[in-house]
Amino acid sequence: MFLVLVIFTAVAAALLAMVNEVTKAPIAASEKAKQENAIKVVLPEFDNSPTEEKYLAKTVDGDSLLVFPAKKGGKYVGSAVASTTKKGFSGLVKIMVGFNADGTLYNYSVLHHAETPGLGSKIQDWFSDKLRPSSCVIGKNPEKGLKVSKDGGEVDAITAATISSRAFLDAINRAYSTLNHSVNVSDTISLQTNN
Amino acid sequence: MERFKIFYNGIVKENPTFVLLLGMCPTLGTTSSALNGMGMGLATAFVLMASNMAISSIKDFVPDKVRIPVFVVVIATFVTVVQFLMQAYMPALYASLGLFIPLIVVNCIVLGRAESYAAKNGVINSGLDGLGSGMGFTLALTILGALREFLGTGKFFGLTAFPEKYGSLIFVLAPGAFIVLGYLIALVNRLKSRD
Repeated sequence: MFLVLVIFTAVAAALLAMVNEVTKAPIAASEKAKQENAIKVVLPEFDNSPTEEKYLAKTVDGDSLLVFPAKKGGKYVGSAVASTTKKGFSGLVKIMVGFNADGTLYNYSVLHHAETPGLGSKIQDWFSDKLRPSSCVIGKNPEKGLKVSKDGGEVDAITAATISSRAFLDAINRAYSTLNHSVNVSDTISLQTNN
Repeated sequence: MERFKIFYNGIVKENPTFVLLLGMCPTLGTTSSALNGMGMGLATAFVLMASNMAISSIKDFVPDKVRIPVFVVVIATFVTVVQFLMQAYMPALYASLGLFIPLIVVNCIVLGRAESYAAKNGVINSGLDGLGSGMGFTLALTILGALREFLGTGKFFGLTAFPEKYGSLIFVLAPGAFIVLGYLIALVNRLKSRD
């Protein structure tokens, strides 16, 4: 009886190891493609390879985020920051945030979230809708930190999802402060920032 | 004819959601939209059929005392395999359903069918039983998801039927799931008591 259980778990473990081995490469490839797509969406036109020039930048609170610098014809045009926040309504929110060289937000792409479907899950569309300027963050400069209007800020939160909205803006602010106030920013990139 | 009856049984007479009331956690949790419900249903149906057939073919080697642990190992293995494969080859589907896949392991329909049917019947019949129950589950989740999506957001399978602002938010949230499910069960009972 004991032996049977051992045999079954051993076979199951072997099977899982095999499937893991087979699917490892495609999973990594699809993750990478997802990241590259997100970078393309959130940055102005570039001709270098941001994924190869990426570097780790320290955040103010001691964490570190990946920064992908974009250049066109050797000139710096902006950076994408893979930002995260733990302030989401249910778990980690990961957002790829792209900034122009002058620090304004070019675009963003939500990589991962587990917010409530139908409410917090609207973060991808809600804050990028240019037809609704009161909630659109694109083109804004998060220098002073973006806040939802309920907290005295200038961005309208998603209806009935203020926590998700706060988390989203937190991720944007973290990306901005990491990009512009980080000590690790290499000197080769001339950041025309306002700090 | 006999075989068709086995298949049909899981869809109508012993519908896991409306009649047996099994697997309520994924039922209520994943049906915020019709597509989510259908995806969850299909993933469960696949696991149900595969695990039913596997369990039916190994039932003679498993001593009675350890049958439940063995069944759970078999089911969990199938679920993990599905998760790996989906992540590797269907990243878009994984993005929307990935969260719910591990929930299938704890879905009592799967263990319930293994214990009550597959452990006593042949491989083909068990497979049919799994497929039938899986389809019944899929059907129930799709109906539930479609109703909640329609009442809550005014959409039907993602297509707008009426403007979102007239939708009633409660149907997207947890209480709406209970309300809609209650009415659906009442309706099914009424229809069943007629014949």
